[in-house]
Amino acid sequence: MTQTWGVIAALALATIAIKAAGPVMVGGRPLPERALAVIALLAPALLAALVAVESLTGKDGALMIDARTAGVVAAGAALALRASLMVAVVVAAAVTALLRALG
Amino acid sequence: MRGGLRAAAPLAPAVFLVGVSFGIAALPVMGAVAPVVMSAIVHAGSAQFAALAVLADGGGAGAAIVAGILLNLRFLPMAVAYAPWIPGGALRRAAEGQATTDASWAIASRGGGRFDRDTLLGATLAQYPAWLLGTLAGVLIGEGLGDPRDVGLDAIFPAFFLALLVEEARGRRGAAVAVAGAVVALALSPLVPPGIPVLAASVIALVGLRGERP
Repeated sequence: MTQTWGVIAALALATIAIKAAGPVMVGGRPLPERALAVIALLAPALLAALVAVESLTGKDGALMIDARTAGVVAAGAALALRASLMVAVVVAAAVTALLRALG
Repeated sequence: MRGGLRAAAPLAPAVFLVGVSFGIAALPVMGAVAPVVMSAIVHAGSAQFAALAVLADGGGAGAAIVAGILLNLRFLPMAVAYAPWIPGGALRRAAEGQATTDASWAIASRGGGRFDRDTLLGATLAQYPAWLLGTLAGVLIGEGLGDPRDVGLDAIFPAFFLALLVEEARGRRGAAVAVAGAVVALALSPLVPPGIPVLAASVIALVGLRGERP
């Protein structure tokens, strides 16, 4: 139990430090044009990585295609048909749940 | 802040249910109080699950801490990107940086490296109570709530990020960076500890050093 509390305290402090580092060092002044160009591309790079890892890999990190993958693909199709974000999310959950229910 | 609250509202039920599943999974390993405290002060789902998995497998405290930190390192580049939009002194900026979560950061992104501070704070405000109350419900009610996977919960977050990605990846350069980021993350995923693939994908953004802004 002591071990658990140690992990929680250390992880809380580390997370606070990680999230504070950038704002303390960078904040308050305008960034150079080149830095802004890099930051502008962080969103597509990180979001695409999150989507890929969360929809295409399993627990061990290996490629895994399952009901969840199908749900995300269905959401992508809905978005291509100009569905709203809310509709896309509901489509993803519904398709995934349906496929799992069908086994 | 309303804009952020509204934008994150579709996620709140999902965040709650993931919180429930964390509470259920953590109860036998950590007891009833520790998981709730962890959700309150760490507030980072993937890192909490990773640390829990190490502890549940009988791994040491050090390994659990490292696993959690690796997953949270992606907040370093995210908070750097958001930093220029936070006003005030160092202490206040450090405090506001704590509101950085995957979903809030993505919702608040306005493209071209711009961020809306109010939206980010509102989006985090929508998620925080859901995560905390979900964890509480998980440790209190436990298995009675059933398996959140049955309702397709694990597809909600990638679908949400995909919808935001569609906005961010407009233009040839954004689309190319998105494809490269996904490929890097998938290629590294089986080889390195969880968390590193997504962090490594942020390196792709360095192509922004070359030539005109997208």
